[in-house]
Amino acid sequence: MNNKKRMVIIGATSAIAEHCARLWLQKQPADLTLLGRDAQRIERVATDLKVRSPQSEIRIVQAEFLDPEAINATVENIVQSGDVDVVLIAHGSLPEQADCQDDLKACREVLDINGVSPVLYAEAFAKQMAKTNYGTIALVGSVAGDRGRKSNYVYGAAKGLVTRYAQGLQHRFAGTGVKVVLIKPGPTDTPMTAHLKAKGAKLASVESVANQIVEGIEAGKPVIYVPGKWWLIMMIIRHLPAFVFNRIGI
Amino acid sequence: MKPVTSWGRLSADPHHVVVLNDPSKVKSLVCHGAHPGVAHGMGRSYGDVCLNSEGVLWVTTGLDHFIDLNDSTGRLVCEAGVLLRDIQRLVIPRGWILPVTPGTQLVTVGGAIANDVHGKNHHVLGSFGDHIQNLTLIRTDGEVIQCGPNKRADWFAATVGGVGLTGVITQAEIQLRRVSGPWLDTETVPYTNLDEFFQLADDSEAAWEHTVSWIDCITRGGGRGFFMRGNPTNVGDRTAPQSRKLIMPIVPPVSLVNWLSLRLFNMAYYHLKKWQTGRAITHYEPFFYPLDNLLEWNRIYGSKGFFQYQSVVPLEVGQDAVQAMLKEIARSGDGSFLAVLKTFGNRRSVGMLSFPQPGVTLALDFPNHGERTHKLFERLDAIVRDAKGRIYLAKDARMPTELFEAGYPRLAEFMKYRDPGISSGLSRRLMGS
Ligand SMILES: NC(=O)c1ccc[n+]([C@@H]2O[C@H](COP(=O)([O-])OP(=O)(O)OC[C@H]3O[C@@H](n4cnc5c(N)ncnc54)[C@H](OP(=O)(O)O)[C@@H]3O)[C@@H](O)[C@H]2O)c1
Repeated sequence: MNNKKRMVIIGATSAIAEHCARLWLQKQPADLTLLGRDAQRIERVATDLKVRSPQSEIRIVQAEFLDPEAINATVENIVQSGDVDVVLIAHGSLPEQADCQDDLKACREVLDINGVSPVLYAEAFAKQMAKTNYGTIALVGSVAGDRGRKSNYVYGAAKGLVTRYAQGLQHRFAGTGVKVVLIKPGPTDTPMTAHLKAKGAKLASVESVANQIVEGIEAGKPVIYVPGKWWLIMMIIRHLPAFVFNRIGI
Repeated sequence: MKPVTSWGRLSADPHHVVVLNDPSKVKSLVCHGAHPGVAHGMGRSYGDVCLNSEGVLWVTTGLDHFIDLNDSTGRLVCEAGVLLRDIQRLVIPRGWILPVTPGTQLVTVGGAIANDVHGKNHHVLGSFGDHIQNLTLIRTDGEVIQCGPNKRADWFAATVGGVGLTGVITQAEIQLRRVSGPWLDTETVPYTNLDEFFQLADDSEAAWEHTVSWIDCITRGGGRGFFMRGNPTNVGDRTAPQSRKLIMPIVPPVSLVNWLSLRLFNMAYYHLKKWQTGRAITHYEPFFYPLDNLLEWNRIYGSKGFFQYQSVVPLEVGQDAVQAMLKEIARSGDGSFLAVLKTFGNRRSVGMLSFPQPGVTLALDFPNHGERTHKLFERLDAIVRDAKGRIYLAKDARMPTELFEAGYPRLAEFMKYRDPGISSGLSRRLMGS
């Protein structure tokens, strides 16, 4: 057996997750499993990481994101080859809110991929980690999950589901060897926000966001707002009384 | 639409920004668009090569993946949005280095090729394009061209230094160079006039790989300065300097570079630097990229932005031409903060529109004072024209067409390789489309 850390990334083609992987491998070679839906896109990420860290072990898994049985089998398969130190669950998709309002099918898909799917993956890993009493589950939520807003409440609802779920999981594993970390990024410069960038939105750099996530996971923080200022901003937003909140167009 | 500026901050016109993140989607995004576009990396060129006011910009920084590094041959293959910084940090610990690097490492590989950038070692290793073995170019009609020095060499010569006008560069293969570590053996030598500068340049070229100089173009009519030279050296493991990043937090309403501050700066810099003359062991980052830790330093010139004027003139007339330019600058009172003087080696550049040619190059920054600044440039242009020199496209925002045409004799040949779906501020200004 080797003594490399074992990391698993669900949604490994996410720019945020990929930058976390770059930072991890820059620190030391690791045993990394990259899981995604599209083989070619995961391959691109894996190739890059392999160049950056030739001593790392990099495995690719093309997987299903919604089917509970398939998720269960995939995760069992992953843990069979050894304990996982950290699993980062990062996939997600930011829709146009209007599409969710027009089309219930789109609405359902957004709830599924941003809410249900990460929970199913986390739950599958939780089952395994509970047995060994070891490991860290890091989930990427969003500041959008802190309060429903007209501009993205369906996505926000799914992220809110992840928030509640992570809270419960933290409660379940309190005082054990299993850690649960909930990451809440603010607007970040990634492919997900390319359309916002084109309109001139101010976005945090993905490198700095990943840096803070990696440090937060290392420190085992229960909740990480990135950049940190979003903790304050969202606290204010959460506490605005409805008569004020309902008048502002956010 | 989003306002976009280049490094000189002379304009902030709206652009349709299209982000390229996935190489397999580049073709569908750049092909057959309704409006012409141009690739845009880090926006570190100073003028309008990387701008396309009211048009499309294809932002390439998402194409930031490495593809292959052969540790025994030093061949690196990567996507075109990879930063030189990331290459250096990856390869130097593994015994390789970029053979040529410009004064900032915060540029993309695609931008470095398109502007055929040079560094302090031009006399030994030429420019960036000299080390590219292969590149992938996507044309807006959907054609994908693989070219290099030995494959479709005409396309290669048009694309290296072709300021993005031949297609979108998406991938490149670079031949790295062996290096024993991140350290350089450096020496700083003061000089008091141009005679001494040219003598130092002449004496240094054989024994020193890197040569450059800072010239004070204000005090007593200008001409004194410091000559910096360096060679890679093997000094074993040492701790690298902590890079403390400072950021220029605001854009002041007026330029902080003015008559008084320039005089104070030049005097202070000269006297501080004098303490550092002599030999030293220097880390590559401060030696190659002295300004990279001062983030957004371009903001000190205020909201009107600044021009960079970089010319090269043949060596035979070099000293007279540089002297004449310094005289004009001193007379204008608008002197430049970061004046850099350097000799180029006696070699021909790969690209049809590459900037380096045998001679001496002088780079100057000027705050934008409108008409007054343009008047000064006209006088500098006259000197460059008489000396049969040229101006660097990556820095330019204003040269007259006739000076461009005279300075770049391979222009007509180049035009055959232009992509009709690509247009930039610079191409419209100097090539009519
Ligand atoms: N960027 C931001 O501003 C921001 C802010 C707050 C929270 N977040 C969250 O951060 C996480 C990472 O996002 P990012 O910014 O890194 O975006 P990204 O680069 O666009 O990554 C999105 C990831 O989700 C995957 N994905 C999307 N739809 C999927 C589906 N239906 N099935 C399976 N996988 C799917 C993508 O896979 P493919 O590559 O196969 O498409 C990709 O791996 C997401 O959970 C996002 O909600 C982002």
